[in-house]
Amino acid sequence: MAYAAGVDVGSTQTKAVVVNEERGIVGRSLLPTGANVIRAAESAFEEALRAGGIREEEVEYVVGTGYGRYKVTFGNAQVTEISCHGRGAVHMFPSTRTVVDMGGQDTKAIRVSPVGEIVDFCMNDKCAAGTGRFLGAAANALEIPLDQLGPTALRGTRPVKISTTCTVFAESEVLSWLGKGKTIEDILRGVHQSIASRSAGLLRRVGIVEQVTFTGGVARNTAMIETLQQALGVTLNVSEDSHYMGALGAALFALDTILASRVPAGAKREAS
Amino acid sequence: MIYTAGIDMGTTYTKAIILDETGTIVGRAMEPTGFRLAEIAAMVRDRAASEAGLRPADLAYTVATGYGRHQALHADVRVTDLTSASRGAASLFPGTRTILDVGGQTMKATRLSGTGKVDSFRLNDKCAAGTGAFLEKTARYMGYNIEEIGPLVATSKEAASISGVCAVFAESEVINHLSNGVAPADIMFGAVVSLVGRSVQLMKRVNMEPEFTLIGGIMRFEAMARVVREAVHAEVNVPPPDMVQYVSALGAALLGQRRLARLATERAAQRPEVSA
Repeated sequence: MAYAAGVDVGSTQTKAVVVNEERGIVGRSLLPTGANVIRAAESAFEEALRAGGIREEEVEYVVGTGYGRYKVTFGNAQVTEISCHGRGAVHMFPSTRTVVDMGGQDTKAIRVSPVGEIVDFCMNDKCAAGTGRFLGAAANALEIPLDQLGPTALRGTRPVKISTTCTVFAESEVLSWLGKGKTIEDILRGVHQSIASRSAGLLRRVGIVEQVTFTGGVARNTAMIETLQQALGVTLNVSEDSHYMGALGAALFALDTILASRVPAGAKREAS
Repeated sequence: MIYTAGIDMGTTYTKAIILDETGTIVGRAMEPTGFRLAEIAAMVRDRAASEAGLRPADLAYTVATGYGRHQALHADVRVTDLTSASRGAASLFPGTRTILDVGGQTMKATRLSGTGKVDSFRLNDKCAAGTGAFLEKTARYMGYNIEEIGPLVATSKEAASISGVCAVFAESEVINHLSNGVAPADIMFGAVVSLVGRSVQLMKRVNMEPEFTLIGGIMRFEAMARVVREAVHAEVNVPPPDMVQYVSALGAALLGQRRLARLATERAAQRPEVSA
């Protein structure tokens, strides 16, 4: 049995996934990226191997992805995170035609073909508004752990209207709403709605074709799922492994290469 | 003696200036704005008054300006920050034609006509990349506070490249630079250069022309003036360090003085009619 691995070095977190020849996930890991990006990639890979009980030499091919993909020094190839999220999402939900990937510093809208090829994509490349960082800023201002953001926001019944675009100013706006006597629940619901409406704008630029799959770290946030569904008017596919979708896509590309190398004639030894 | 007060409620700091009728500054105070705007407005004015040895009741006229001016409940009148900044800048540097005001969360470029009226202005308050928050964030990522920015930049030999499109994205740039062994001073200087680049863009949009006057809290950093001077190829006026944050408050107090004088003239003009 051969294994393939994908390492997704994101702006905030580094994810690694190991798959077997049947495209099943056998090991996964998640670490903060931190300042030493090369080390983060290595540690994530080692931890995914340990989680799957796999030795390093059993992994035949590794694909790096994410903003730090060239820091995956042990990787055999690099693939953009756009391709990897598309691939991972279609693998997990085969009817996926649109992917919304919400990460620590960027949000991407990706249109994919039925076989998972990228048709079009759009992302926030100039500004961190409408990304996970906006939630991080609110969590920081309100002193709430990130994993409590969703449940708290869902209790909000009268969301405030967040006027700030910039993530840096979001913190002071959140505090000013607190000063005006709004509840944390209503403020947080407003914050989620503001991100949802920005992301919906991004998605409209590539065209929203069902089914829509939600990937990236923020996809674990239940309030984000709900407010995004409301903003888009569609039901989102969300997997337990949404967070790992980029790494999974990378691992699947790696597996393609392994399998292709076994076909004797005319096969290319390249990832995607 | 008749005293007037100017209160400038900025996004980050609230400043107050007290003038006597000769136009001499007799009191001043500054506090972080925070979120209780009405309270802070009264508190800063009272502190400035007590520095001048006055009670709040001794102030004949109070003018509020800045983003929080509508919360300054005790003010007699409110004027926009463009008006007060222009008045303040022109009083310190009568030849001023272009004003660049960089505060904690805003950046404003204003162009004045020959008579000191506002001809055009542009402001950025949507994005932290063009404001003091950008420098503060960059400093904080590296473990420095805002007061250390000036001394730090002064030791830089060469500015590191910081794209400056987004204060959040700048964090990744800072981390990359640090891991490549770039000195924090050079990174900080790079952030200043990037901020100035944005401010020159803003000034171009108001058709900048000399004389340039630079105001706002960020101008405490000597490097800002130096880099702006190089970018606009002209001399720049910068108020003394203890005044650079008070220019709008000064302008507001001066406007208050003028308004008081006008009210007095109007009253004097009306008096014969009343007695007739």
